[in-house]
Amino acid sequence: MYLTHDPIDVGSLAHAVHSPARGGLVIFAGQVRDHHEGRAVRRLEYSAYPAMAEAECRAIVDEAATRWPVAVALRHRLGVLEVGELAVAVAVAGAHRGEAFQACRWIIDEVKRRVPIWKRESYADGSEAWVDPTAPGGTMPAAAPESST
Amino acid sequence: MTASISVLLFARYAELLGAERLELAASAPLTVGAVIERLRSLPGGAQLPAAPLCAVNLRQARLADIVAPGDEVALLPPLAGG
Repeated sequence: MYLTHDPIDVGSLAHAVHSPARGGLVIFAGQVRDHHEGRAVRRLEYSAYPAMAEAECRAIVDEAATRWPVAVALRHRLGVLEVGELAVAVAVAGAHRGEAFQACRWIIDEVKRRVPIWKRESYADGSEAWVDPTAPGGTMPAAAPESST
Repeated sequence: MTASISVLLFARYAELLGAERLELAASAPLTVGAVIERLRSLPGGAQLPAAPLCAVNLRQARLADIVAPGDEVALLPPLAGG
């Protein structure tokens, strides 16, 4: 499973790809930022098309393993995340650093390009919006948050 | 045979249509583009783009691709993972 609602443990991903034959370990970890396009972000919520997202993650990991001689571990978090929490992590181990750096960079770029995951941001002023890299300003309006009476 | 096409909506598109899953009656195959036109005629559907990112049975699809009753069509807002 590449998607998880639980906090991501980078150490366990590193352990999963560790081997005495692999001297280079590269980890990318993406964490929730406290700002987006000049607005103060308080938290965000990731959602996915789970079946397709799992299939796309598997395809990316399998393709990386055919392009470089590396072992790969990948997790993407879903649900509500606070600023500073890990949203995604990629661990890549290879015999040498070159293939590990290249594969790790390629994998995170493909995840952002291909995996059906969406992000709803909550701002410090109480408003919310859908992150949309194709929209001017980077977001599209979201329905009003449910009031917590 | 199921005489309908399942449509999955996610994120902002689910908010626009007020549903995460719809069943479109369809007795014969039709294009992905025709499915989207039918969705755009529903309440809230006018704000859907004419050519959104789509998947059929978990694989990315084009507007000209054919879907048949029993297929699952997903409309995917611009991706924002990572």
